[in-house]
Amino acid sequence: MDYPGKFDVIVIGGGHAGTEAALASARMGCRTLLLTQNIETLGQMSCNPAIGGIGKSHLVKEIDALGGAMALAADQAGIHFRILNARKGPAVRATRAQADRALYKQAIRSILENQPNLQIFQQSAEDLIVEGERVTGVETGLGLKFYGHAVVLTVGTFLGGIIHVGMDKSRGGRAGDAPSNQLAARLRELPFNVGRLKTGTPPRIDGKTVDFSELTPQFGDEPRPVMSYLGSRAMHPTQVPCYITHTNEMTHEIIRAGLDRSPLYTGEIDGVGPRYCPSIEDKVVRFADRNSHQIFIEPEGLTTRELYPNGISTSLPFDVQINLVRSIKGFESAEITRPGYAIEYDFFEPTGLKASLETKLLGGLFFAGQINGTTGYEEAAAQGLIAGINAAQLALGRDPYCPARNEAYIGVLVDDLITMGTKEPYRMFTSRAEYRLILRQDNADRRLTETGRKLGLVDEARWARYCEKRDLIDARKTKLGAHWCQPGNPKLDAVMGQGLAREYNLAELLRRPNIEIGKLLEAVQLEWQDEEVNEQLEIDLKYEGYIARQQHEIERVKSQHGVAIPGDIDFIGISGLSHEVRQKLDQVRPQTIGQASRIPGVTPAAVSLLLVHLKKSGHIRKSA
Amino acid sequence: MTDTIVAIATPAGRGGVGVVRVSGKNVGQIAAAVVGRLPQPRYATLCTFTDHDGSVIDSGIALYFPAPRSFTGEDVLELQGHGGPVVLDLLLKRVVSCGARIARPGEFSERAFLNDKIDLSQAEAIADLIDSVSQQAARGAIRSLQGEFSKRISHLSELIVNLRMYIEAAIDFPEEEIDFLADEKIVQSLAEIREALQETKKQAGQGALLREGISLVIAGRPNAGKSSLMNCLTGKDSSIVTRVPGTTRDVVSEYIHIDGIPLKLVDTAGIRVTDDEVEIEGVKRALAEAGSADQVLLVIDLVEHENDWRKQVDELTDELSKHPGITVVLNKSDLVPGVTASMDDVILVSAKTGRGIDELKSHIKSLAGFDGSGEGAFIARRRHLDALDRALIHLSEGARQLDERRAGELLAEELRLCHEALTEITGEFSSDDLLGKIFSSFCIGK
Repeated sequence: MDYPGKFDVIVIGGGHAGTEAALASARMGCRTLLLTQNIETLGQMSCNPAIGGIGKSHLVKEIDALGGAMALAADQAGIHFRILNARKGPAVRATRAQADRALYKQAIRSILENQPNLQIFQQSAEDLIVEGERVTGVETGLGLKFYGHAVVLTVGTFLGGIIHVGMDKSRGGRAGDAPSNQLAARLRELPFNVGRLKTGTPPRIDGKTVDFSELTPQFGDEPRPVMSYLGSRAMHPTQVPCYITHTNEMTHEIIRAGLDRSPLYTGEIDGVGPRYCPSIEDKVVRFADRNSHQIFIEPEGLTTRELYPNGISTSLPFDVQINLVRSIKGFESAEITRPGYAIEYDFFEPTGLKASLETKLLGGLFFAGQINGTTGYEEAAAQGLIAGINAAQLALGRDPYCPARNEAYIGVLVDDLITMGTKEPYRMFTSRAEYRLILRQDNADRRLTETGRKLGLVDEARWARYCEKRDLIDARKTKLGAHWCQPGNPKLDAVMGQGLAREYNLAELLRRPNIEIGKLLEAVQLEWQDEEVNEQLEIDLKYEGYIARQQHEIERVKSQHGVAIPGDIDFIGISGLSHEVRQKLDQVRPQTIGQASRIPGVTPAAVSLLLVHLKKSGHIRKSA
Repeated sequence: MTDTIVAIATPAGRGGVGVVRVSGKNVGQIAAAVVGRLPQPRYATLCTFTDHDGSVIDSGIALYFPAPRSFTGEDVLELQGHGGPVVLDLLLKRVVSCGARIARPGEFSERAFLNDKIDLSQAEAIADLIDSVSQQAARGAIRSLQGEFSKRISHLSELIVNLRMYIEAAIDFPEEEIDFLADEKIVQSLAEIREALQETKKQAGQGALLREGISLVIAGRPNAGKSSLMNCLTGKDSSIVTRVPGTTRDVVSEYIHIDGIPLKLVDTAGIRVTDDEVEIEGVKRALAEAGSADQVLLVIDLVEHENDWRKQVDELTDELSKHPGITVVLNKSDLVPGVTASMDDVILVSAKTGRGIDELKSHIKSLAGFDGSGEGAFIARRRHLDALDRALIHLSEGARQLDERRAGELLAEELRLCHEALTEITGEFSSDDLLGKIFSSFCIGK
């Protein structure tokens, strides 16, 4: 039967991508359906119980700045917060929260259930309804047909998954869940390019069988960081420590003896695994000179004793897993609660997507999350947000929102995926961002909240807090320039490390190396309370020259890089381009000159020839 | 387009007038700096072109064409001077230091076309032009990148990649058990890179290239006629010529000019396996000389190898460690009339009769980047030096940020820009390439 009424946006899948997509669309006022196989798993953290980290908290704070749920849920579920790179500069600082799985799920579920315009329905999606070259709806297992203007697919958790434990393999999604097979089979019939990837998890450990006195505890930071711009320490539940232990020579011996039954080393696994997250057997083989590897033990929550030993992901046979775990300090009598495994799964080449995350193949169909070859909750959520926004924009008849590489890590993420594709599960690192000094976790709100407000993503409370902060920054910035300090203030001299030669204003003093704003304000008896605002004032001045230079660079390339390339252009027919460059352009089919220029192997001369071609065919009027 | 470009608009080499053309937003400020004022639009104005310290580079005519009534449709400044390559190079360098960048091949025409200054029907012609001058520039860049310069650049590149690997890993993977570099080690490494950069710049100096020209080594088997060819090109008896194979035992060099273009010509001992100790040393020196030369003229005796000269070329190319700049010279062609050289970089000559020598000379001219068709080794080297200049600026600034502020992330940013400048010489190196280096060198993934 046809489900009564038409939706604006239908989101299939209730993971981190699906929830942000559905929430974004609903926030923008679109009638939204979230279709999930199982309502109980909404907001489930399927891998390690942590949110954020370097490069990743940047994404989380951007999602937050655009009204998303992830950061607030992390504040409600976080049981251990740390600032990484605390002693390095603000551009590379990051926040990481260990989360209680149950509390995190609860928080996400509650946000979803209280979201106006959002309807949640439990059924497995089995087919897409396609009319011509457009997707117009979804059919479920019961034969229910839902119609909508746009469909967001976020069903990527392990499409066509094969799980390996030693030489045993079985079909399956994330251990315990059924893989989404029907829809996967249907998608594979369409001419998308399918690739295969691999990842793994460690065996989980029963905490009551662990000797904690042998482990090194690691406590969260004080003062405790907060993830969301609207978050507060008062939201946080009880805090607990993480623990650290190490593998040793005996562990490595056990692993080496088991390699003949490792699917990785016997050729059973063809999928490409992430280089930054190798299995323990990989680490022992590739870095044979190391006699110890660190294990970071993450608590799974406040109401469970299960532990996640990060660093020993493995697909060795179970008997080897028990022995290797018990060879580790503190784990001598440990019991495994769930075996570790490797999983191979399908993804769809993200070069088949537009910057809006709409597929080039079918109008109205958007992909987000692991289906695009990424890994990580934060990367999934970021794509979900963009896909949800653009599905809504499409339903509303508006242009897509595609943040640029200089505006957000989300922009870097999407542009990397659609321009270069990926050969391993894609994860964010700060070194991927050429505008790293501008794209900081501390200023995501200043970069994105105004745009979010225009798009309809930002509610009154967030907007009010943002405006208050923005206005205070502006006002205080003026005051810094207008507050003059005379020589002869001993407190100030102590802060500056020397006496002032003449009168200086506070902005000038703050620009000097190694001067902290807190101490400076104290020395001149200014009581400015808002730490977040003070931090922005300090960073703006310290990075002033670099920010100006990056802005200049952005301006320089903007006019040319923004030139749109029509979707139906015949790249193969452009004269002067080498065969190789034509092939590359045709494969990626870039949407702008900027994107074309970032395809590896596309030279500046090739970009010139492309511009000349666009001019000739009337797609550029005048560029000066 | 908002950036300002500059190029030498007249053919390289000796000419009566040399023109440097500038186009873009900064034309006004560049004119003020170089000629002291913005010339009256479309009037030829007699000016002095001055360097940053006020010293005179040249005097000549300055022409200013305000947008949109100019060749490119942007503000354009033309500086017409006296044309010598050294002077033009100084002027180009001066304009770059005032806020322009060296234009990409064909970029002036490209801008003119995009700004409706060239008819749309000329699109194919513009595309052909960009294509052909880009290819010439690529060949010029390869020529500039030969010999010692190339080795230094790749060494430099390795040093920078290695340091960036540590610095970026420390930023993206602070919790991994990596032996991060202590600040003193970083300072030491920065000093090492700076020294290597400065050495490379000094060694690669455009001035030297212009004064001394490129170095050209004559190599081949004994008695192939290398010394005869040397004498033929120098026009004097620099090398002793006999029928006895192995006569030249040491390295003989001469500075010569071909149509005013400077060249360093080096005659070497014939390459063969021998027991003669003096000759062994001579062969060793010949190979070393060829290894550091910009170009090698590989002389083959066509009488000896009428049918297998290609095999000889392959053998000798291997013995010369596959030097990238080899021109094959088939000598004694007067005695073997049937052979034709159907490939590029193969030239038939007779050192005895003088046959083919003019052709060889013009080939050498084009190798030196003075063939008058735009982009040769000469401008390529200027591009490379410009890139090295920028790399050095970023490196120094990075070192300062570390020293004054302990700011690792700012050092990382300057190193990224330093490396980016260097990749204009060495080719692309993406952030993913850097991550690959990190993952293969450190055990990441706790």
